[in-house]
Amino acid sequence: MKFRTIIRHLREGVKNVVRNGWMSFASASSIFISLFILGVFLLLSLNVNHFAEQIESQVQIRVFLQLNTDQKTIDRLNNDIGNMVDVKSVAFVSKDEGLEVLRTSLGEDADYLLEGFDKSNNPLPDSFTVEVFEPKTIADVANKIKAINNADKTKPIMNVKYGQGTVEKLFKATDAVRNIGLIIVLGLAVTAMFLISNTIKVTILNRRREIGIMKLVGATNTFIRWPFFIEGALIGFTASLITAGALLYGYVKLIAMTKFDLGLAMITLVEYHDVAFLLTVSLVGIGTLIGVWGSTISVRKYLKV
Amino acid sequence: MIEMQDIWKTYADGTHALRGVSVRIDRNDFVYLVGPSGAGKSTFMKLIYREEVPTKGQISVNGFNIGKLKPRKIPYVRRNIGVIFQDFRLLQKMTVFENIAFAMEVIEAPKKLIRKRTMEVIELVGLKGKHNSLPTQLSGGEQQRVAIARAIINNPSVIVADEPTGNLDPETSWGIMNLLEEINFRGATIIMATHNREIVNSLRKRVIAIENGEIVRDEARGEYGYEI
Repeated sequence: MKFRTIIRHLREGVKNVVRNGWMSFASASSIFISLFILGVFLLLSLNVNHFAEQIESQVQIRVFLQLNTDQKTIDRLNNDIGNMVDVKSVAFVSKDEGLEVLRTSLGEDADYLLEGFDKSNNPLPDSFTVEVFEPKTIADVANKIKAINNADKTKPIMNVKYGQGTVEKLFKATDAVRNIGLIIVLGLAVTAMFLISNTIKVTILNRRREIGIMKLVGATNTFIRWPFFIEGALIGFTASLITAGALLYGYVKLIAMTKFDLGLAMITLVEYHDVAFLLTVSLVGIGTLIGVWGSTISVRKYLKV
Repeated sequence: MIEMQDIWKTYADGTHALRGVSVRIDRNDFVYLVGPSGAGKSTFMKLIYREEVPTKGQISVNGFNIGKLKPRKIPYVRRNIGVIFQDFRLLQKMTVFENIAFAMEVIEAPKKLIRKRTMEVIELVGLKGKHNSLPTQLSGGEQQRVAIARAIINNPSVIVADEPTGNLDPETSWGIMNLLEEINFRGATIIMATHNREIVNSLRKRVIAIENGEIVRDEARGEYGYEI
């Protein structure tokens, strides 16, 4: 193809969008609406995922030590646990700190429940709070920590707790939520593609005559196809870019509106800069692809001699 | 030059549009194709610009065996054949200039040449000053002139015109005939299907009459020969 022909196709593609103003508008609207719904669910699913992660990351292991464990053993255990590959952090909580934490968490009731307990007669054991990188490894890590006792005659570890049973249920629930989100998003993506390509098909149906005339004056199929291809890409690209813009604008507003209320519940929405790229790229990608795909398929139908 | 040898055309619904047509049309001929509606005139023309292929028989246009043409090659053969219709078939959303220039863009001609040549044919068909009009802003005769300009811009050796004056009043029709004669004079072969008795009888040319898919008459300077 000659360079001037490429320029010609680009020019014709852009001109066609304007010439078929209302049909272009119909295609663009269809893309906008479909992708908007898809985008809303994508954001929803990203946030549900994010919530799940936040909840999951709150699981931790409590390692309770025997009473009167000496400082040397404590330091050694701290090291051993901290050196495990899956462990993100380990924090020593002395029995005095433990009492304070308990007091705080009991609130008003602490005064009479903990009456008479102070540093001298604190019944609580020393403990470690262990956090892991990957919440799903928590059971394994807990078992490994328990296993430290096997190599130590003094058996310094009294008990290891990580919410056994509850944690597994939590993971099942968050996995289910994630999978449902993924299925909805994929289903919507497919629906959007059919909806949009149908609209484009209808708009091109109207141009069967145009294609017939082009063939009559001796245009090759490639020559006819290119401007339609560019037209479809242009409409798809523009419409999806507007959709992404509208969604992100709405999302920023939503973050600002809910920051305070959600903050009280100790959860946050996915940050704007974490969704902006993914959302824009996936919507614009899908939109442009559908624009091109829809117009190419439809034109091909009328190109058969 | 166009040559048909024992051409049969049967459509999918069983209609025999042409039954054993053999004819030879020389370079620079001007041929009227006459006959009742449904006699096979349109099929005869469609075979020439390869809108249809014969069921049986051989047809060659400018030395190309049209019936055996690979689909890929069709556009290139069509560029040497100008086609004109009763309903003009213009692209409604393009201006006069764009409609005509399109036929030259197809052959990937340089932009400057397209502009020069398009303005020339616009003047030739008598539409000077109307190049920016849309088809809807033109009269029927003017639209047909645009269609003719588009058909001749690439200097095709054959012009196929299917009832080009069918939708036009007598005075406008004569304008179009003068234009076709001028194009014929410049060297193009013209094949024109028509029901216009007055034109055929006044502007005497070769007449081929088709009835029931067969050639029933072929005279060098014939008459229309039908009473309507």
